[in-house]
Amino acid sequence: MTQTLEWTNAVFLSEVERRSGTPVGACLQCHKCSTGCPVAPEMDLLSSQVMRMVQLGQEEEVLASNAIWLCASCEACTTRCPMGIDIAGAMDTLRMLAVERKAAVPDKRVKRFNDSFLQSVRWHGRVFELGMMTAYKLRTRDFFSDVDKVPKMFAKRKLSLLPHFSAAAKKVRQAFKRAEEEEKKR
Amino acid sequence: MKFAFFPGCSLESTAWDFDKSTRAMCRALDIELVDIPDWTCCGSTPAHSTNASLASALPAMNLQKARALGLPVVAACASCYARLRTANRKVRDDAEERERVEAIIGAPYEGDVPVRHLLDALINDYKADRVRAKVVRPLSGLRVASYYGCLLSRPPEVVAFDDPEHPTCMDDLVEAAGAERVEWPYKTECCGASLSISNSEVVARLSHRLLSMAIRAGAECIAVACPLCHVNLDLRQGDAAKAHGDLAPTPVLYITQLLGLALGLDADALGLSALSVSADALVKKVSTTAQPARAGVVR
Repeated sequence: MTQTLEWTNAVFLSEVERRSGTPVGACLQCHKCSTGCPVAPEMDLLSSQVMRMVQLGQEEEVLASNAIWLCASCEACTTRCPMGIDIAGAMDTLRMLAVERKAAVPDKRVKRFNDSFLQSVRWHGRVFELGMMTAYKLRTRDFFSDVDKVPKMFAKRKLSLLPHFSAAAKKVRQAFKRAEEEEKKR
Repeated sequence: MKFAFFPGCSLESTAWDFDKSTRAMCRALDIELVDIPDWTCCGSTPAHSTNASLASALPAMNLQKARALGLPVVAACASCYARLRTANRKVRDDAEERERVEAIIGAPYEGDVPVRHLLDALINDYKADRVRAKVVRPLSGLRVASYYGCLLSRPPEVVAFDDPEHPTCMDDLVEAAGAERVEWPYKTECCGASLSISNSEVVARLSHRLLSMAIRAGAECIAVACPLCHVNLDLRQGDAAKAHGDLAPTPVLYITQLLGLALGLDADALGLSALSVSADALVKKVSTTAQPARAGVVR
């Protein structure tokens, strides 16, 4: 990949900085974030590379990377960044932008997990694990991974057949609706 | 000592043993926990990955409710704790965020209800010495690696009750319980957290790395204070061994279960049956070493 080392497109950088509230432009490529990143071996781009590409306005490549979805939000990068960049926070913003701008997400498993989780919270006010897992499996059509855990988890009373409803579930549904409207204004 | 308790979703399902042992341990220490009525999910990683407004509003709903109790909030789950603290900080620091959150939850909230982690309350308010004084069954000779994971100590701008790179609160409590602390380098390395379901292959690699290092450092068991750390190290221990090489079966206990044992509570009261890697041998070990001391027999 060749790229002129000029800020030819600062629009993407300023958008990421505005949404995340963190100065991605301050990254000086020390790579401390990448060296301490637990999921670096699986990522197609290292976190420091993501920061640099955001600076250079390479929106398409960044938003279509699997790196932004593999970030486990462990906050090691944010804690260690000498420039005070909330790198994990910037990753959150990039995930949201990838969905909003309909980027080609290379591996949709994390997104589908997030959607299944939030749908469960929206309905019940709390996570209903069995329902969430079923929804996730329907979304990914991956019916076999972890099925060996299910009997064990039932035996250990770690899964229940029925959801635990919070009495405030209705308020949570309302909050989801309002939050979706608020988010559109950002 | 009295707190408003935010259990969170994991503690009423996959981590019911964390819930049971937290409550039992607190009773034994005379710490009163009052559940936040009708609490709802904090949103966890899926919310902050998906919708920033929701990620602040879901915790704020609970904190706003907790205010009526007039007590500081305590969470046992590391992720709930981090989300509640993050929401407080955002609402306090950013007037626009506060406006948004108040519009979403339909109530005023200034980000002012204090949020503590159970370990913070134990180590900084209750103090390790007071725990030690209540120990009736010292876990003598038990070598414990404390695993803090990510969100108990990171990022320091949000959590800040222990050192972000070298936390010691759990080790101090392990020692107060009469056990031996194991020094090991991966105490704050990530286990893969919520990638557990979507990318279990990544979690298997990370868990294997953590478990084998703890074993190499001489640990007989691992102490945790996060339901996801527990799933990834305990429930997925078999997967990690299958994918990356044999591991000596290593029980992973919630710190509340270990402290509960030292306080004389039995396996049932601490939900030890929920563990995938059995802690029976460990319980037997501490019971046999502790009984003479308890009966006052000089060895």
